[in-house]
Amino acid sequence: MKSAFLLSLSALALSASGALADEIRVLNWQGYGTDLDWSLKAFEEATGHTVVHEYFNSEQEMLTKMRTNPGAYDVVLVNAIYNPQATEEGLLAPIDTSALENYAGIPADFAESDLVTEGGEVYGVPWTWGVTSFAVNTQVFDPVPDTLDVLWDPAHAGRVSIRDDAVEAMQIGALATGQGINDIQDLDAVKAKLEALMPQVRTFWGSENDWNQYMAAGEFDVATYWSGSAARSAAMGLPVEFVVPKEGAIGWLDSLTIPATSEHKEAAAQFIDWMIDPEFYVKWDAEGAPASANADAAAALDETAFNRRVLGDPEVAARVQFQTPVDDDTRQQYLEIWQALKAAQ
Amino acid sequence: MAELVTPAERRRLFTLLSPAYLWLLVAVFLPLSAMLFFSFLTDMPQDAPDWGVTLGNYAEFLTNPTYSTLLAKSLKLAVTVTFFCVLIGYPCALVLAKSIKGRSREALFLMVILPFWSNSLVRIFSWAIVLRGNGVLERAINFVLPFDVRLNLMFTTDAVVIGLVHSYLPYVILTLYLALQAVDDDLIDAARSMGASKLTILRRILLPLSLPGLLAGAVLVFVPVVGSFMEPRILGGRMGTYYGTVIEDQFVAVYNWPLGAALSFILLAVVIVILAAASPVLKRAQT
Repeated sequence: MKSAFLLSLSALALSASGALADEIRVLNWQGYGTDLDWSLKAFEEATGHTVVHEYFNSEQEMLTKMRTNPGAYDVVLVNAIYNPQATEEGLLAPIDTSALENYAGIPADFAESDLVTEGGEVYGVPWTWGVTSFAVNTQVFDPVPDTLDVLWDPAHAGRVSIRDDAVEAMQIGALATGQGINDIQDLDAVKAKLEALMPQVRTFWGSENDWNQYMAAGEFDVATYWSGSAARSAAMGLPVEFVVPKEGAIGWLDSLTIPATSEHKEAAAQFIDWMIDPEFYVKWDAEGAPASANADAAAALDETAFNRRVLGDPEVAARVQFQTPVDDDTRQQYLEIWQALKAAQ
Repeated sequence: MAELVTPAERRRLFTLLSPAYLWLLVAVFLPLSAMLFFSFLTDMPQDAPDWGVTLGNYAEFLTNPTYSTLLAKSLKLAVTVTFFCVLIGYPCALVLAKSIKGRSREALFLMVILPFWSNSLVRIFSWAIVLRGNGVLERAINFVLPFDVRLNLMFTTDAVVIGLVHSYLPYVILTLYLALQAVDDDLIDAARSMGASKLTILRRILLPLSLPGLLAGAVLVFVPVVGSFMEPRILGGRMGTYYGTVIEDQFVAVYNWPLGAALSFILLAVVIVILAAASPVLKRAQT
């Protein structure tokens, strides 16, 4: 199967309009799947294309980089909630999915979602999805809790952490107060709930690296986290388990896109196809990956793998509320509430 | 003085000064003016084609109480850190300037300057290792003392103060050392011969004569600490939200450069007002 796949890819590469060995420039978060050495080496052997990376530290930075550096990128990772905005601004090129062999494995929920399509054209290939919820230190918890209330449990006062991010904090607060994350009706309840959480908090975390260091140093019992990162932390040997509590969790979808100004669109499509290939995903998952948006890839995982065992469980998946775009005014409002809460400490 | 220089001298002055002023123009004045310009915008021009000019970013500071609360918090932090820097630095500088001579002074000086040679981020992270629960400090204390001690200093305001005092102490010691060394030893001898106690010598001779150095050191500490963001973020935990960290957020996390720039200029204005208010004292100290 592998050789057949490689053959087809190289055939694709040969048929590509003369440009045999392109340099594909990828814009993504650092250490997020596209920049794995072994995968890039195999991709180069298969297609002749080399891949170079540039990184961003926030979604706003990603958008700004696309706006200000036309032609500089060929593949950009876009969180699906930013897809409509980027498409509307004309930053993205429609993608010819018939050229993507592995696209058929992506279920319609993702592939045909309003977030990544516009007027019948596909502007983003769903790549990975995951859940924002919390993870616990398994040396402290036995059994593992099934409720978000554990963050507010006085028994863990001063040993809790959440990410320093206004939207994420507000959405966690919405879940804890039984509200929908995309349409928070009772902001005061969320605010009061977060206010009660503050004294529990040891420190805020910003990056996965922060999280791992604090967890390894024994600073946290329980902290909000991302499912893919939790898998990576566990693979590193940290005693952590990710929880999708009964109150629900925040779901997000990341897509791979091709900027309208890209000069290597065919090579970019090949790289995207490579990224949604089940074979690549299974190897990536062994190192700790978010859930694949390609159902074929998820099915190829070992049954014990977190991304199949937990996130593949329809009952768990039903509890996940997927994020929709947050408009600027709401974002600003959340930010003000969050900053006021932090400043009051 | 300008009238006294001949054309030839003026030319020489011009050649000698222009590299420095050119550098200041490029490295300080231009970026700062760009920031000042940004602070009056509704959006960054590359982000929104429909950007306009507004005073809204400055109005935001006045209407949202969060910012003034944080500015007050940062000013308080700066006063605390400056106080401890002077409290610790003065005796140290006094001993260096007046009691120790020769090679041992050089060795002690080296120890004072040593922190300058390491990266500030490295210094703060080493403090994190020392201060955290079951960290180096707690283990050392528990090794010496028979009973169990839990300091729990990490992620508190105290940790921020400790880290900042350590970072900025050398400024105070160096400026004070220079000021104290300039005090004539004969003055002290004369006072002593007339029966002045050590405290009187300190109060009536050393303190007034070293006041310029003391104030210069205090300003060198106070100004950067008001805007500090890295130390509070790493050592302060949930207590570590200050005016500087909110400005950093605007640039790094939220991408609201205009607001970040406006907040920075408000900080600059507040610092200038404080320094202007203190200038009569500074002037008196210099004469």
